[in-house]
Amino acid sequence: MNIEIIKAEHLTKYYGDFLAVNDISFSVHKGEIFGFLGPNGAGKTTTIRMLTGILNPNSGRIEVFGMDMKKHKIEIRERTGIVPEMANPYIDLSAMRNLRLMGRLYGMKGREIEERSVELLKLFNLYEKKDTKVRGFSKGMKQRLSLAMAMLPDPELLFLDEPTSGLDVMSARLIKKIIREEQKKGKTIFMNTHNMQDANELCNRVAIINHGKLIAIDTPEKIKEIGAKSNVIEFSLSPFKFKEGIVDGRVEILGDKVKVYTAKVDETIKKIVNYAERENLKIVSLNVEKPSLEDVFMALVGEKNE
Amino acid sequence: MSKLSQFSRSLAIVKKDMLIFYLKGPVVIMGLLFPFFLFGAFLIGRDLSHAYLFVALIAMTAFFTSTAVGPTIIPWEARSKTFERLISSPISITTVLFGDMQASFYFGLIITSFISLTAIFLGIALNLLIFIPVVILALLTFSAMTILMSSYPPTDVPADVMMLSSLVKFTLLFISGIFVPLEKLPWYARAVSAISPLTYMVDALRYSVSMHGYFPLWLDLIAMLLFSLIFFFFGVVIHKRVLEKRFT
Ligand SMILES: Nc1ncnc2c1ncn2[C@@H]1O[C@H](COP(=O)(O)OP(=O)(O)OP(=O)(O)O)[C@@H](O)[C@H]1O
Ligand SMILES: [Mg+2]
Repeated sequence: MNIEIIKAEHLTKYYGDFLAVNDISFSVHKGEIFGFLGPNGAGKTTTIRMLTGILNPNSGRIEVFGMDMKKHKIEIRERTGIVPEMANPYIDLSAMRNLRLMGRLYGMKGREIEERSVELLKLFNLYEKKDTKVRGFSKGMKQRLSLAMAMLPDPELLFLDEPTSGLDVMSARLIKKIIREEQKKGKTIFMNTHNMQDANELCNRVAIINHGKLIAIDTPEKIKEIGAKSNVIEFSLSPFKFKEGIVDGRVEILGDKVKVYTAKVDETIKKIVNYAERENLKIVSLNVEKPSLEDVFMALVGEKNE
Repeated sequence: MSKLSQFSRSLAIVKKDMLIFYLKGPVVIMGLLFPFFLFGAFLIGRDLSHAYLFVALIAMTAFFTSTAVGPTIIPWEARSKTFERLISSPISITTVLFGDMQASFYFGLIITSFISLTAIFLGIALNLLIFIPVVILALLTFSAMTILMSSYPPTDVPADVMMLSSLVKFTLLFISGIFVPLEKLPWYARAVSAISPLTYMVDALRYSVSMHGYFPLWLDLIAMLLFSLIFFFFGVVIHKRVLEKRFT
């Protein structure tokens, strides 16, 4: 089953003269968690705002549920739940009133709103706070309420702009668990993130965007394979002393650890050992690993940055 | 999407506005306290007929109450980061603005109705058949004006809009024939008065207390109707146009 829920064709967006999103095309299939991955300022939020009809692209076309965004914005949104980046619930209203407002805006009936709200408040561990004004909520509580508000009308499609950013482990875990459960119910989820671990754990497919350009789009495993010909050799020396140029490949020095990205494992390790012997250094640790999603991401994004 | 369901969704916006904005400090000060102090100052040391005073009181009340809530709603929403979610729900911008306009209208309606009871104490023979439609039409006009006021500049600082809208409001107050009747103004001042929607309310209210107006009553009503349509229409157009600037 490969029903296309979102289809974006040649989306381009300028802010004045600044090109924020540069001719990107992709589609998202029914039932998948699609991760949109990129560093700060890459154009993730701009893209999500176009996909939800808040911003109009300068050129390109968006179809959601097979309907053209330009012509059917309201119909599309009826079936979509959205958690914008940094969007707050109304702080002068209680959690319950925020949910009721959302329900009304989605045209839900009173009874339905009450029942679903209670269900969601319980799911998000907010039930005790249902009549408390949101003003006093912590960041994590606000974010959980935000997600509850988006899920209230039980939408087929969820857009989440960095749903776990800045949250503690507990809130982040709860949110990730709920996202997975939504997927099991057949929902489609589009999420922006710059958290590699989230992307790796949650997403069926990820797209990597940098400077408004799509640079890769595939499953996390496949994307890792892009970097699979290279390995990551991580080691530490004591006393610490190391310079680039001692080994071939891309070198990253992180505190007292060195990461070398290279295809030539044997040659590189021999060079490191030789160097340590020559300089009379102790090798504290040495690991060879397949690159993580983050490593590949860094390699892809880093390349394009220069 | 049917017009009816968009209308019922606009009522959700009204309710939200009532819960959040009716009791905000600046609204209470600008909308409730201020007109009464102003009216008091206007009253002191003058010997004016009850009917004349009543017209001034109602005009000021309607004008200040119905313009107290509206101008700051959108900037406030942008500032507190609630605006994006609101406009990403299945409603059009027009529906959002129509809801905000109604919130201004009901605020004005409640307070003005209450203040209208002073007619009893002042012993005024009020022609309700004129009075009620005039007040409603005027409240609609002023509420629509707040939509235009909040549209530009697309700021997220409520105080900025507050200042600009106060400036406009006071200018209108002084050129609208409340303090000096139109017929006593020189011709150029009368020409200026004609651009203020408040002028037509004041003029029409005079008919309801069996005084003479300057313009024919039908002209007052049509002028207010046109003003309200123009205000709302251009308010919506400008809001749509500057929408992108509200996300930074
Ligand atoms: N309203 C705006 N006006 C002008 N430039 C903007 C506007 N919004 C975003 N930009 C610019 O467009 C680029 C993309 O921004 P966007 O918010 O889409 O990035 P992002 O990938 O979501 O970043 P982050 O991870 O920080 O949320 C950035 O360089 C940003 O400065
Ligand atoms: Mg962003």
